[in-house]
Formats: sequence, C-alpha cells, structure tokens
Amino acid sequence: MHSKHWISALALTAGLVIGGLAQAQTTVRIAWYSDGNEGEVITDLLKRFEAQNKDIKVVLDQVPYKAITENLPVQLASGQGPDIARVVDLGGIARYALDLRPHLKDAAYWEKNFGPFLPWMRPEGDTKAITGFMTQLTVTGPFVNKTLFEQAGIALPGAKATWEDWGKAARDVAAKVQAPFPLAMDRSGHRFFSVAVSEGAKVFDAKGEPAVIDDGFKRGAKLVYDWHQNGVMKKELWGSVSGTAYRGANDEFKNAQVVMYQSGSWQIAQFDKTVGDAFDWIAVPSPCGAGGCSGMPGGAGLVAIKTTKSPEAVAKVMEYLASEPVLSEFYARSLFVPGHLGIAAKGLDYQGASAPAKAALKVFSDQVAQLSPVAYQLQGYTSNRVIFNAVISRLGQAISGEGNLDEAYKRIESDIAQQIAERKK
Amino acid sequence: MASDAPIPAAQAERAGAANLFAAPLAVLMRLIDRPMQVLQRLIGERRMAYVFLLPNLVFFSLFVFLPLIINFVFSVTGGAGLFPSERPYVGAQQYAYLFDCGSFLDPSSCREDHFWRGVSNTARFTVFQVTAMVLFSLLTAVVLNMKIKARGFFRAVYFFPVLLSPVVVALTWKWILQRDGLLNAAITSLGGERILFLVDPSWAMFWIVFVSIWAHMGFYTLILLAGLQAIPADLYEAAEMDATPRWRVFWRITLPLLWPNMIVVIVLALIRGVQTFDEVFVLTGGGPGTATLMVVHYIYETAFANQVQNFGLAAAASVVLGVVLFALTLAQLAASRRKGAA
Amino acid sequence: MNRIARMATARRNPGHWHWTDIAAYAYLGLGVVLMFGPVLWLGLSSFKTQAGLLEFPPSLLPMSQKEVRVEGHAQPLPLFEVTMEDGSKRVLAQVRRIGIQAQMVDPANPGQSIRVPIDKRTPVREFKLATENYTEPLERFAFMRFLWNSVFVTVVATLITLVINSMAAYALSIYEFRGKTAVMLMVIGTLMIPITIILVPVYLVITELGLVNSLWAVILPGAATPTGVFLLRQYMLTLPRDLIEAARMDKASEWQIYWRIVMPLAMPALAVLAIFSIMWRWNEFLWPLAVLTKTEAYTLQIGLNAFQGELQTQWHYLLAMTVVTLLPVALVFVFLQRFITTGIANTGMK
Repeated sequence: MHSKHWISALALTAGLVIGGLAQAQTTVRIAWYSDGNEGEVITDLLKRFEAQNKDIKVVLDQVPYKAITENLPVQLASGQGPDIARVVDLGGIARYALDLRPHLKDAAYWEKNFGPFLPWMRPEGDTKAITGFMTQLTVTGPFVNKTLFEQAGIALPGAKATWEDWGKAARDVAAKVQAPFPLAMDRSGHRFFSVAVSEGAKVFDAKGEPAVIDDGFKRGAKLVYDWHQNGVMKKELWGSVSGTAYRGANDEFKNAQVVMYQSGSWQIAQFDKTVGDAFDWIAVPSPCGAGGCSGMPGGAGLVAIKTTKSPEAVAKVMEYLASEPVLSEFYARSLFVPGHLGIAAKGLDYQGASAPAKAALKVFSDQVAQLSPVAYQLQGYTSNRVIFNAVISRLGQAISGEGNLDEAYKRIESDIAQQIAERKK
Repeated sequence: MASDAPIPAAQAERAGAANLFAAPLAVLMRLIDRPMQVLQRLIGERRMAYVFLLPNLVFFSLFVFLPLIINFVFSVTGGAGLFPSERPYVGAQQYAYLFDCGSFLDPSSCREDHFWRGVSNTARFTVFQVTAMVLFSLLTAVVLNMKIKARGFFRAVYFFPVLLSPVVVALTWKWILQRDGLLNAAITSLGGERILFLVDPSWAMFWIVFVSIWAHMGFYTLILLAGLQAIPADLYEAAEMDATPRWRVFWRITLPLLWPNMIVVIVLALIRGVQTFDEVFVLTGGGPGTATLMVVHYIYETAFANQVQNFGLAAAASVVLGVVLFALTLAQLAASRRKGAA
Repeated sequence: MNRIARMATARRNPGHWHWTDIAAYAYLGLGVVLMFGPVLWLGLSSFKTQAGLLEFPPSLLPMSQKEVRVEGHAQPLPLFEVTMEDGSKRVLAQVRRIGIQAQMVDPANPGQSIRVPIDKRTPVREFKLATENYTEPLERFAFMRFLWNSVFVTVVATLITLVINSMAAYALSIYEFRGKTAVMLMVIGTLMIPITIILVPVYLVITELGLVNSLWAVILPGAATPTGVFLLRQYMLTLPRDLIEAARMDKASEWQIYWRIVMPLAMPALAVLAIFSIMWRWNEFLWPLAVLTKTEAYTLQIGLNAFQGELQTQWHYLLAMTVVTLLPVALVFVFLQRFITTGIANTGMK
C-alpha cells in the first residue's frame, strides 16, 4: 500500500511534467536566456510558426543565463539537453551541435547570409557543417555621455583618436563635472581584447595555436592597468570580484556617472528605454592603437543540438526563424545588430527606436566592416573562453593589487596551457 | 536540558501547527502497520532495526555514498569527459597539481594558487567568524536571559534571518553596501567620504564576517539561551548570599555550566565556516582580487565556470576539503564525549 | 567582561531600574534596527522605479517624478523646481532638453517657453509605488505553475524526510545491533558535506535513474538528511526507556511503538526538522537549476530568476522577485515563530 501511494504520486507528477504531450505532435524545446525583450519577441514569432505548422509544438524554456553557461554543458554531455539552445560559448557547445545541412531546403541561403559566422559554431576540424545562426551579432565599442562633454566644454576626440586620447579626454571631463567614472569597461574578455587587438595583439602564432602574450597584448594590458592606477578607471568593475565573473557599468552609465563606457551594441535597447531624455548618449567608433581601430565581434547563437529526436522538426523551426522576414523582425524589435549579411546590406529599419538608438545602431553596424581579422580569429577559436577567462581572472588580480603585470602574464599563459591540455586528454 | 518531558500545555500549543504534517503521516503510518507486524513475526523484534534503517540507507547510498565514490573516481581521472568511463586514469596527478607549491606559506608560488588562496581565506574567515559568533551570540543570549519585557519578540528578532536563504541575505546586504547604497548615503550625509566597502580587501573580509554573523547568530543564540535557562537558579542564589562578585559568578558558575553548549556552537560555526560559499559568492564574488575567495568557491569555479569544466581537479579539491571536514566532525564527537563524561 | 557578568547574574528589586537594564534594552533596540532594517529596506526598494533605484542619495520611500498635463502637449510633462537667474524658485514643466539647456514652460502659462541650464533644475517628486516591478515578471511567467511546483517539492520532500529520518533515528537510538557504530559514523561523516561539491556526481545518478526534469529529481536527493537523523537521534536518546519496555510488554509491535509512542514524544525535534526542511527546500537554487530545464517543472526560485541575463542585472525585478519568494517564509515565521524558537531551545543540541 505504501507503494500505491508512491505510484499515484509519481503518476501525478508525470502528468504535470509531460503536460500536453499526448497529442500527435512533435515537440521542439528551446533553451533561451534573455538580456532584454528578445524573449517576448521570439515568443510572438514562435506563435506564428505554430499556427502555420500544426504538427510541431515549440516550447521556449526561459532560463537564467547562469543555467546556459554552467549547467547546459553538463546536460549536453549527459545527453539531456534541449533540441535548440541560445548560447554564447559557441566554440564550447559546438561539439554537441547538430549539422542541419542534410535537413535544410536551401543550404545556399545559409552559406550566403551567415557565412562568416558559421565557423564559430562548428566542431573543431569541421569546415562544412551548418549548426545555427546568430540571434544577435554584437560588436564591442564605446558609448559616450555627450552631455557631460558639453557641460565640461571639452570637444569630443575625432574619428581616428587613440585610446590614450580618449582616456585623457574622459579624465578631463570627469574632473570638470565631478563624474565618478571617467572611463568604464565591462569586466569581460571581449572588452579587453577590443583594446588589446587595437593595440596590435596577435593572440595566435603562425600555426593558429594560442600565443596570447605578445607586445600588443602587453600594451593593451598596461593601458588598462595604468588607467586603474591613475584613476581613469575605477576598481569597482575589474578589481571587485574574483575569477571569471562578469561586471558591467550600465547602471552607472544610465545614471550619468560614466563619461565613456566601453561596452557593446547590446546596451542600446536598454539605454534607449531607461536613459530617456536625461542626457545625450552616443556610440562612437572604436578608438585606435598600433594595431588599428578594431572592436571584438561576438554574440549569441541559436544552435541545434545533436541529441534531438526530431531533427526534421528542428530544421523546420530553424529555417523559419532564420528566414529573412522573420529574422529582420526579430532584430528590429529587439534592437540587435543583424548577424545576417543580406539584412545588414539592405540596412535595417528599427521602427520604434528613438533617434539616438538608431544612430548608435548605425555606428555599430558600420563597425562590423572595420573588425580586424585577429578579432574574427579569436571569436572563432573553439577554446576562446579559456583565453578570455584567464585574462579576466589574472588581470583582475593585478589590478586589485595582487601581484604585478609580469606575474599576471605568466599566470595567463600557464592557465591557458593547462586548460587546453586538460581538454585534449 | 533536553530531558525535560514536554509539558502538556506546550504540547497542545504545538499541536495545531504540527497537525498540518502529522495528519497525512498518521494515515500513512496506519497503512504500513499490518505488513510491518507480519515482517516482525518473520524476522524477530531485534532485526526490525534494519527495517527501520533501510529507507534512509537506500537514499543515503544512492544520493550520498555513490556520488562520493564517483567524486573520488573523478579525482583520479582527467580530461573534460562527464561520465567516468570517458575519463582517462591519471592516478594521483590531480592531487599532485593541488599540492604543487614552491612554499606552502605563499599561495602565489603554487600551481593552483587560487586553491591555496581559498584555503588561507577560508581559514582566516573561519577564525574571525567563529570568535565573533561566539562572543555575540553569548552576549545576546545573556541579555535575552535577563528579566526583560517582550522576550519572545526580541528572541524572534534575532532569529528570523536564520530562515532567509543565503542568496537573499547576500543580495540584501549588497544592496546596502554598494557604492550608492544606504550605508554610503548615511556616511555622506554625516559629512564623510564614500567608502567602497566591497572593493577594499579588509572591508570585504569584515563584511562577509559581519553578514554571516547577522544571518546565523540567532540559531546559536538559541542554543546558548537554552543552556543558560537550564542552569539552576539556586546556584545563583547561593552565590548572592555569599556576596560573590558578579564577574566571579559568571566565570565560576555560568561559563563552566554553559561550556557544553559553547562547544556545540564553536564546532557548528567552525564547520559552517569551512563550507561557506553562497553568501560570499553573491556578496563579494570572491573579490576584490581573490581576497574573499573560499575553497568551495574555488571548487565550484573549477568545475562549472571555466570553459573546460575540470571535474577532476575540482573533485580532488573536494576530497581534500572532505577530509578536513571529517576531522572537524570527529573533533566534535570527541568534544561531545567529554561533555557526556562531565 | 565585567558588564556581561553583571547582566548575566543581575538580580534586581522589581520596579528598580539598574543601569544594566538600560544597557540591555539599548542593545535589544539596536538589534531590532540592525536585524529588521535591511529586510525592510529591501522591501521598500523593491517598489522603486528603475531610475529611483539608481538615485544617490537614495530616498527612504519609493518616489518618482511628478508629471503634469500641459495644454498643447500630447504627453504629460515632467515637473522640475528651477532656480532662476535672479535666485527665485519656480516649478516648471520640461518640454525637451537640448544639450545642456532645457526648454521649459510654466504649466499655468503654457504659451511662453523658458530656457534653463540643466544643472539649475531638480525634479519634483511624489510618493509612488512601482508595482509594475511585481506585475510585469509575474505576468510574463507561469507564476502559478512555479508556485505549485515549489509547494509540491517542499511538502513532499519534508514528509519523506520526516518519515525516513525518524525511522533511522529510531533504529539508531532504541536498538543495539551489529553495524550500528558503522552507520553512526557514516551519518556523522557525511553530516557536513555541502551539496555544491558533489553536484556533478549526484547529477549523474539522477540521469541514470531517468529523473532529469522531474520534480522527484529535486525531492529525492536531499531527503535522507544526515542532519535530521542526527538531530532526531539525539532527542530520542533522552526519551524514557521504560515507556518502550512497557509497550513491548503490552505486545505492541515495533512499528506501533515507533509511531504511537516515540513519534509523538519526539514532536519538538520533528517540528524543528520540519521547519528546517521547509526552509531548505523552499530556498534551494543551485540544484534545481541543474536538473530542471523545462518550464513546466521550474520551481519559484528558478522561474523567477529567468530574467537574469548575461549582461545586466535588472535590480528592480530582482528585488521584487526576492520579496515574492521571501513572503511565504515570512508568513511561516510570523505564525510559527514561538513554536520554532521554543522547539530549537527544547531540542537542545546534545
């Protein structure tokens, strides 16, 4: 009788969990995280898909970002993953990705429009697979509080200004208007490498193996380190947490406490929504250095997963979402920089965005063409997060006063070597 | 103190709330009675002990022992595979990595410097936290044991943070301690300079100790309060007749009689200190630099946050931690033995 | 130490105020502020708008900028207090801001526009609760389903824990049998292992059992708490043995002794365990996050955190949802506080 109680309880939960599966429908599950309103937009689009395809039910499982970085890899490794996932660690997830090519009606469309981004999502050594597309192409770059510049009576540095010029200008403005953060930069590998690559970092050797510490890297690191020493940057971002944790300064920027904020295109939607009329904010082209004026590309991809039981249905969902009208609407409504060459070439009309947001989106879209090949190579490298994490963790330690830069360089090299060796075991 | 038989009136007061859980349980228990009687007839009264142990043991083996064994297997294998079968055997290499140090006094000379920074931070945190915890919960228990009005209310005030989740506790305080938080607003309104509490290593350590005491003190206070209340009043009356100075009474009567409870408090706080993770993770993220990075945080970061999820190294570190915790628990056992003898 | 000693042993005449009384009440008063203050602040902050949360110095109560409808403008305009060039102060509505100049109008006289430097104006504010912090996320997510899942997990897990832990504790406190020491050692040895460090192995076990994405994956692993066994056994050791012997004389079965005699007597300890179990289960985050990936199976703690993205913390939602998950705990506490605190004191920790 004990067991009877159990069985009924089990049946009850099973019923709850399985829910509407009873119909003769294929269910496709998407693991999705959101930074802004993109979860609502995709929900709308999927509803339309379901109306057109009665035999496929799409469930959007909205999870905290933490679940995507920390738990999804474990779930995928154990074969318990979703059918499709929105991920940022494209290289790390690639080995669980499904090659959609055999299931696609028009593979040429994908190659033509997603060409440069497809390698980011391919397993190491694979040169053909089509596994997904970018829900959002991000480009790093600076935002500037123009009103603070005006209040200080200081002119904005010009288009080809160097990082040093900007650092100095930001410091002068902050001193005049008493802003606590002259220059802020997210605690993130992408943001750091946008500086380092512009300063001439090559990241890889001739064979394509990581050789992270070179003169360009050191110039970039020294710049960031010195800024923290002389007060251009504050320790609250890079010096406050340990390890690989992300920290941003978006709240401080919205509060007009930051003169210049090195972040990226994804901030536009929320700045548009929350800054409102409080001050004028603009995006400016990436500052320059010895290696050019490059930002870092990045972003989140929607990737099909190998363990799915219904690859045909998955391909159908992906085809729908990647199709030009649907994807245009998605990018336009979430204010994302398009990761679709056709849409990008035509130019996207961000209806409903304010004038400053439209202007900023244009600055970032134009930046895509300026990206250095090194930046692309780093973004496409499977183990790029190993590099990013080592840099954040060790540079952060140096900035908060634990050891000097030379020690950080040594640690970065050994951290990267150790982790890559572990992966190859 | 525990041997007080429940007073009927107190029991009635509890009954209302307890029924919530007791009623469904009673039905279940009655259903099981008959098969149990049959079983008892078959195997005899003595062996029923095993029957009672069985369900707990099954759960234990599945969800504690088996994972501990898998964890050990992880620690002697390498690579990035998830299933033990996909992982190559590497012997004691992970342990060797952990203990690969130029000098054990200098974490930066170690291969796994973050592990050793975690060890040293955890040790410092635990010492500060246990000392302060004992002092403040003793002080609070003593005050609550005085003849004060509304004792129930004040007892509840000190106890309620115990029920909050570590994440809520940490978020609440982070919100107060941040650059533009309540505390800095108070400081600047008094004419002071903003203090970046979570960016300064010493302040960060101070606050994680403070917050940990804020959150858990109520529990320890209750244990000590129970001890204080169990001290017979006539001891104090006798002391008063002899006109013994109060501080002597405290040293000679109160503290010795409270000692068993103090040991419980010290050991529990010690073990909790070594395990600390969630609160600190949310409050300081282990920073600034690595100033508040704890051992469990290191294990978590190694196993999850890195792109190459290094279960082997994390498992080795957790085995080392487990050995330390086991030693502490044995110390508790020894301490409670001594108490039994006293 | 001297002061503490006085307090500890103070014996006073009734109606007579000793300085230690004053010190004690001062300490308790400080305690009330320090213990309640932060949570109260959290609650108040959760009703502030996004902009209100960023303010420095923060206002005590949730405030937002006052807006007025002005003739000739479709949208309501924000109100500011402006210090004019002659030093006088006026309340004006802002039409727009151009660079560092604001174009403003007097709501009483909308025809004439006034230019004001932006640092000469301060917003006029009024008390307003930003209830959208609560309603927006709750409408977006299947709140009732999450709530039901959380309640189901909490109640079922607590029941299982109470039954199997008390059975084990009964065996370990009443009987002498072979292997008892070994079992005790195992219980104590695992008493202090935090789940964080065996997360992945437990996940593997759950996968092999095919339980991923079932609520049972959240309920079962934590059911056999060593803490519970330990606590209950310590309490049961103090129960009078003659009662059990007498019951055996009366031919009561072992099972009947367990649930008719020992369980009721162990009520205070069971209550403490029940309360801790409820708190543990309700607050659990890391483990459910690992095993529950389907929306239908989310508990509150997972579901209400889904708005935490990669790149930003939406404090206004985060604080509000923290309050939502905290409320049930607060209610349990308000109703059961006497019961909890006396329970722990009575159980003792021997």
